Amino acid sequence: MNRLQISLSGITLANPIIPASGTYGFGDEFAELYDINCLGGISFKGTTREARYGNPLPRIAECGNYGMINAVGLQNPGVEHVIAHELPRLKSHYNGCIVANVSGFSVQDYVETCALLDKEPIDILEVNISCPNVHNGGMAFGTSPEAAAEVTAAVKAVTTKPVYMKLSPNVTDIVAIAKACEATGADGLCLINTVLGMRIDIRRRRPVIANRYGGYSGSGIFPLALRMVNQVACATSLPIIGCGGVSSAEDVIEMMMAGATAVEIGAANLTNPMVAKEIVDRLPALMDELKIEKLTDIIGIVNHE
Amino acid sequence: MKQLTFEIKTNEQIAKNVYRMQLCGDTTGILPGQFVNIRVEGQFLRRPISVCNIADGILTIIYKVVGVGTEAMSRLPIGTQLDVLTVLGNGYDLSKAGDKPLLVGGGVGVPPMYMLARQLREIGKNVRVILGFNTKDEVFYEEEFRALGCDVTVTTVDGSHGVKGFVTNALDGKQSYYYTCGPLPMIKALIQAAGTNGEVSMEERMGCGFGACMGCTIQTTQGPKRVCKEGPVFPAEILIL
Repeated sequence: MNRLQISLSGITLANPIIPASGTYGFGDEFAELYDINCLGGISFKGTTREARYGNPLPRIAECGNYGMINAVGLQNPGVEHVIAHELPRLKSHYNGCIVANVSGFSVQDYVETCALLDKEPIDILEVNISCPNVHNGGMAFGTSPEAAAEVTAAVKAVTTKPVYMKLSPNVTDIVAIAKACEATGADGLCLINTVLGMRIDIRRRRPVIANRYGGYSGSGIFPLALRMVNQVACATSLPIIGCGGVSSAEDVIEMMMAGATAVEIGAANLTNPMVAKEIVDRLPALMDELKIEKLTDIIGIVNHE
Repeated sequence: MKQLTFEIKTNEQIAKNVYRMQLCGDTTGILPGQFVNIRVEGQFLRRPISVCNIADGILTIIYKVVGVGTEAMSRLPIGTQLDVLTVLGNGYDLSKAGDKPLLVGGGVGVPPMYMLARQLREIGKNVRVILGFNTKDEVFYEEEFRALGCDVTVTTVDGSHGVKGFVTNALDGKQSYYYTCGPLPMIKALIQAAGTNGEVSMEERMGCGFGACMGCTIQTTQGPKRVCKEGPVFPAEILIL
């Protein structure tokens, strides 16, 4: 028996660990350091209908020891290039669950990109309605239940793949948005994306990030992410991929106890490129210590009173 | 990319706000123009620092204290074990040097020129070096480059040491090719004045430093390029400055 095994919408993952989109590229850099087949899944770099350069530089600001702000702005080569080049390469050396992260600037963008990916060897569509770094972009869809529902329904109509909506924390009521996605047919949810933030260079008297604001990620957002995962887990019956500030095996257990079925590792990959493998390796001993027989036993366990 | 542990052998100030650190560890595979990315206790992001030299299992880096991370680095005692990513970036293309390559370093753009100069001297090139600084308190490595047998000119903006003015004041246009690293205004002026092809090491604020985050991507005439992965060294003619 594989004690770490979990399942998302009928897809079996050897363990719940998935590097988060935008922090792992297509895995090439990490494959130089370790065999990436140890990972339950990989959520590849956010992909749009057309190629994008993204935002002006600087795109990165550090936030002490707890995180960073990024305003990359969905730099990617476009879905057709991804299908022709990146996906075959990833597929050739990775056997686990491939999560295709998709962004758009209109409902039509999402529909076309997801329709193209529907014919490809990906396992899950992760529909990003929560990127804080593009004007008129994904986050606008993730900040109202009506818009989130519209994207969910439109994407579901053009794909047979499981559709997981990636939600923004930059909202008043994430539960209302989660419920809207559930009501319109989402197969699962992924939360949270980055938290809109800012840093100022006090010597130059101007924002550090050229785009002024960016997405704050890293261990500093873990409590916020955990709270939102728990709220959504209590209010919907969809499987949840928990994400936000996870940087240790302990954080993974905590996220699963809050209600996550799988767990994405984001900014931590950028500072310790070995972290995802280290977490996978550490989990069995930690489970022994915590008397957890198998990980599926603890999903949402704090909600079972 | 490799993730390795290095031990600090020396960590000393060599000019105003500028420190040299010598690190003991596995230096195999490191090329001139590449950089290392160092984890500093108390900081979320690593600090990317250009490689100044490798010799006998010792990695030398020279860094300027510009913020909390490099300030913390300057206080690290001898014997400290550091988590370092090495073999990052592409490095300079020595095959383009020609007979009389010119190396131009400005400020903390000087260090990567040292290993390049050493390797070019080892293959018998006549290496001319121009080192640009603001003032004499900031000057470092003038004698080290001379000891390699390079023809060295130092410029200072205030004229307190060497030739007064900018690195472009010391150009003679007789180089076969140039290699440079330094502040953007210097690079722009050099590309304008050089009269030959050359290559430039770019500096940008990085997230990961190994190609995953897209934090440091610049636009070039050949499309978007990650400074940390496809760079930091680019042919001057493809840069959009």
